[in-house]
Amino acid sequence: MQVNEHKPLIVAFCCNWCSYAGADLAGNNRLNYPADVKIIRVPCSCRVNPMFILRAFQRGADGVIICGCHPGDCHYTSGNYYTRRRMAALFSMLDFLGIEKERTRVEWVSAAEGAKFAATMNDFVEQVTALGENKRLEDLRCKR
Amino acid sequence: MQTITKQQLLDKADSLLANGTVTAVLGWSKGEFGYDVTPKMFTTKEDLEQNFVWNDFCGVNFSKYLVSKTDRFEGKILVFLKPCDTYSFNQLLTEHRFDREKVYAVGIPCEGMVDVSKLKAATGDGISEIKEDGDNLLVTTIYEDEPATVPCRDVLLERCINCKSKKHVAYDELLGDEGEIIDSARFDEVAQIEAMTPDERFAFWQNELSRCIRCNACRDACPACTCEKCVFDNPNSGVENKAPANSFEEKMFHIIRAYHVAGRCTDCGECSRVCPQNIPLHLLNRKFIKDINEFYGEYQAGAEVGSRAPLVDYTTDDLEPGEVFDRRDMDA
Repeated sequence: MQVNEHKPLIVAFCCNWCSYAGADLAGNNRLNYPADVKIIRVPCSCRVNPMFILRAFQRGADGVIICGCHPGDCHYTSGNYYTRRRMAALFSMLDFLGIEKERTRVEWVSAAEGAKFAATMNDFVEQVTALGENKRLEDLRCKR
Repeated sequence: MQTITKQQLLDKADSLLANGTVTAVLGWSKGEFGYDVTPKMFTTKEDLEQNFVWNDFCGVNFSKYLVSKTDRFEGKILVFLKPCDTYSFNQLLTEHRFDREKVYAVGIPCEGMVDVSKLKAATGDGISEIKEDGDNLLVTTIYEDEPATVPCRDVLLERCINCKSKKHVAYDELLGDEGEIIDSARFDEVAQIEAMTPDERFAFWQNELSRCIRCNACRDACPACTCEKCVFDNPNSGVENKAPANSFEEKMFHIIRAYHVAGRCTDCGECSRVCPQNIPLHLLNRKFIKDINEFYGEYQAGAEVGSRAPLVDYTTDDLEPGEVFDRRDMDA
């Protein structure tokens, strides 16, 4: 018998210099994290336009996580400081519109933190799975 | 109801035109009905005398018009600015959107402007004549012989009910007295919505935003929306110049519209004023303003020229995005 368990789709925006390398390290160390996480490499976490996040939800993502260098360690000196302010404002607004706040997250993962990357992704996938399908920011035209 | 009279404004405009200080006057002109006052560039005294109006329906914020008009006229433009308009004026100067040297700004006091849709709700459609009588409006409709008396304070624009300032923050010349910054209750409604459960909030906004017809009036009227190329006009976006196809597109438009002016919005309330569907768009803007005030310290966009908007600034010990909710949960 087939069980129709919902498999979430997670979009992870990872900065090229820290978090993407962190994901690589997690792989090298053979640390498990769910295959539901789809990584999109961005030059810096501040490359992530709020529109990207909404677009990800539109096209079927159930959760969006943004990973960047730790504050102070940005390759471009200050990019992640801007990300921090922007995302605080955006997530607060999404929550204001009644969209589950657990679907979005910002996490700082350095290139040396493969274990943290895997742990973060496991935790986030678990959190989003518990919420179920993204209904509040879905676009039925984009449903698979 | 306004303390300043049309004649005072006309005299000022006439004298500045006559002595050559300005070559054009940006003012309100008669529309088809008493209440649909339209912005216009006046260049002659005759035109001013025939068409210039000043009444309780002059809500239009002229600041944004300066962006497109200052290039088209030789010499200076006279512009009348109400206190809330001066904040937008400063914000546009901060963003270098027009040349300050080409503008002669006259600050005028404002006692609050009337919302036409509220007036229509009170008297019914078919308004044929509106007269001012002290603090009341005498409104004649085509269905009634006797004019209805409507107190102005009952039909004020939302932004005037929660007026944030009677003080002009920018002007070359001031008519009337200097006002004060008001400690308004403008964030109360936002706080009420924040206090709802997520399901209630979602239902509330679904209800409000589903009325959107994507006329883009909120964007076109907004003094902070002055990009020459707008994301919503991008032909590759799939959302340009069309009604929202579903609730996602509604939400996306309104989140992004409010986000793009976050930190730069002076809370002038033009978006809600022009919305033909009466969507409370100012609540989205105020949510951002309230958040920014709480997270990064009090900030009023446009209060001074040259100030740095909070979202293009940072400190090394800012709040983490996740902490936003922890803080709120602790308060609750």
